[in-house]
Amino acid sequence: MSVPTTGPATTVRPEASVAGKEERRRPGLRLAAFLFGGFALLCLVRVISGAQEVTSSGTLAVTLTAAMPIALAGLGGLWSERAGVVNIGLEGMMIMGTLGAGYFGFHYGVVAGVLGATAFGVLGGAIHALATVVFGVDHIVSGVAINIIAAGVSGFLAEAWFTDLQGGGPTQSPPLPTPFQIDLPFLADPANALESKHWFLLSDLASVVEMFTKNLSSLVVVGLLLIVGTYWALWRTRFGLRLRSCGEAPAAAESLGVNVYRYKIVAVLISGGLAGFGGALLSMVSSSGFQVGQTNGRGYIGLAAMIFGNWRPTGLFMGSTLFGYTQALPFRQGTVSVHALLLFVAVLLAAVGIVQVLRRARIQAVGAFVFAAVFLTWYLVTDIVPRDFTTMAPYVTTLLVLALASQRLRMPAADGQIYRKGSAG
Amino acid sequence: MSRLRRLAVSLAGPALALVVAAVIASLVLLGTGDDVGGFWKVLLSVPEHRNLVSIANQTAILYLSGVAAAIGFRMNLFNIGVEGQYRLAGFAAGAFAGQAWLPGALNTVAAVVVAMVTGALWAGLAGLLRTSRGVSEVISTIMLNAIAGSLIGYFITRVGVNNGNATNTKTMPEGTRVGSITVFSDSPTKIYGLCLLAVVVGIGFWILLNRTRFGFDLRAAGASQSAAVASGVSVKRMVVVSMLLSGAVAGLIGLPVMFSDSFNYGSSFQTGLGFTGIAVALLGRNNPVGIAFGALVFAFLSQQATLLNILAGVSPDIVAVTQGVIVMAVVIAYEVVRRYSARLEQSQVAAQLSEADAAPPAGPPAAATAGASR
Repeated sequence: MSVPTTGPATTVRPEASVAGKEERRRPGLRLAAFLFGGFALLCLVRVISGAQEVTSSGTLAVTLTAAMPIALAGLGGLWSERAGVVNIGLEGMMIMGTLGAGYFGFHYGVVAGVLGATAFGVLGGAIHALATVVFGVDHIVSGVAINIIAAGVSGFLAEAWFTDLQGGGPTQSPPLPTPFQIDLPFLADPANALESKHWFLLSDLASVVEMFTKNLSSLVVVGLLLIVGTYWALWRTRFGLRLRSCGEAPAAAESLGVNVYRYKIVAVLISGGLAGFGGALLSMVSSSGFQVGQTNGRGYIGLAAMIFGNWRPTGLFMGSTLFGYTQALPFRQGTVSVHALLLFVAVLLAAVGIVQVLRRARIQAVGAFVFAAVFLTWYLVTDIVPRDFTTMAPYVTTLLVLALASQRLRMPAADGQIYRKGSAG
Repeated sequence: MSRLRRLAVSLAGPALALVVAAVIASLVLLGTGDDVGGFWKVLLSVPEHRNLVSIANQTAILYLSGVAAAIGFRMNLFNIGVEGQYRLAGFAAGAFAGQAWLPGALNTVAAVVVAMVTGALWAGLAGLLRTSRGVSEVISTIMLNAIAGSLIGYFITRVGVNNGNATNTKTMPEGTRVGSITVFSDSPTKIYGLCLLAVVVGIGFWILLNRTRFGFDLRAAGASQSAAVASGVSVKRMVVVSMLLSGAVAGLIGLPVMFSDSFNYGSSFQTGLGFTGIAVALLGRNNPVGIAFGALVFAFLSQQATLLNILAGVSPDIVAVTQGVIVMAVVIAYEVVRRYSARLEQSQVAAQLSEADAAPPAGPPAAATAGASR
């Protein structure tokens, strides 16, 4: 990842070898190489299979819109877990966000909708902070309870607030105002022309340009800024260092005069706010209004994206993009597009197998090759993937990715542990 | 602490939680200008016979779901996937029973086994992913829930029959169905025969926990993994086995209604029970008796909720809020009570110690008590 390993990690793990340092010297470059390689492979798959939607600007635009709420939920998880509080209540806080966006967005406009969504998310975070930090309740139990409460509250209040409104109903708000969209036709139009040529790599890069220059929602931009801002706040400021110290070694932090409770509470409140903002994106950008059950597990997927991203903003964003992409693809000629993805997965697994051979990890290599063969056979003997299977793509991808990557992950050392003030003794 | 006092302290938690939940629900209703009086009148009314039977049925079903979740919790595993496990298992059992490959009751027994095996395998997948690849079971079971939904959608169109507006599995033959137990002669609803499975599972769970080596290992590994490892327990094996057991029990959740009422898997299959089961298990502190109490409370609330809209004009969603608040309030209350009793114990020990200092001959026994209660 682009982030240099933090202080505690290097001191806790003295075995971090010379090779590890070598890897860390140019992490940004390595990452960029990986990303570009993956993208080029995707282009190749598009050309071979002829499934143009695989990298079309339409698919990429939907990907970005789908990825952003997930990334924001993940970002919420990042803030909270970096301070040592596991937040499975993100789903509930996101539900609160969609509700807030529905109410305030309809009555007072876009800005109020976003602020209301964030405030509702913060409210959910406040309950979580009260339960986990002040009362020392198990973090997952509290999160599960918040998810139940939020689902009930959204159903109850939606009926009370939206039933009598024009265009609303007991399970949905009236259409909400659309946030400002950024359009740069002098870039988007030539990019579109290039895309329709379907040239290898060039047309695909044009799609990427088009994604950022045509109907780009301002809220998505804010979301991207929040990711960058989080990196800056948590890794480049004193405040961030202290906050992370609460997630790594709260007793040590307290002995140095850090008010652990206060940092944890602030982190969980911010976490809730970010999840709420993600909810606003869902009901104002991804769709035209609030609906009951709109989040549909995105809070959980955000959490998975964060774990996939090794508790780092860059990785988290990559994870969210992956899930956003697999969520978008079924809606873009899904049966054909997801079929093309099988080839992509086969090549990727074969690459993993080759790496394992070079590392002399025989069993892992055989496993990777077997699965690569399975996916390749599946690709070759069928023409489409059944529709029900395409909707599985995001979830199967999550499982696959975590199964391949979990060993290399390191969560904050004191994540999920209940900390009582004064236990530094 | 005296036994009576300990009992009072342990009951204080749930009682406190119910009061807090009641207050919060009332405040929410006041905030939206709903009929608070009507809400309480409906909620606390004595159910009619037919509703009592429904509550009993729902209690049994929620109990199965609660035990399924609790088996995982005891091992510190968060099996959020009970939902997907019981739905997939219900579908498998429904599809199997509908094929009528075996005669009569044999088909029923085989279908129950199919359900348990399907649930166990689906949960075991998450267990294996955790032990072999280090994937958190919280995330993997959530993903498996979603995948289960898509899988059912795919297979039901292949083995099921379309009856106009929905696709169901084939209806099971007469001989495979399980009869119901009549409790009140004036009530059209009866207790589903397979609800008795809840009793069997409850007794089995109690014996497993308290009378077997596996149960001891389970509790030990759940309480302290390092201590369990030190005494020779294979944590990996425990993780996989407890996920398998949890999934097997989850497989039973959908069966009582299916074998005594709907006779197939389809749109009438009740969903969401897996998530409620988590709440029920938390409410009952993962204890076989406690879960029964939790299931009863939730079943009662859900049943009364169906009357709310008709009799008081209040949205039944308020009961979902109340249920969530109960869970949250219960865990907080347990924590508060635990801190209170810990402090009580400390001061008692301190008092005994100072007594011991005052009267030296009684010294050794008092010191021993103090050491034990630390």
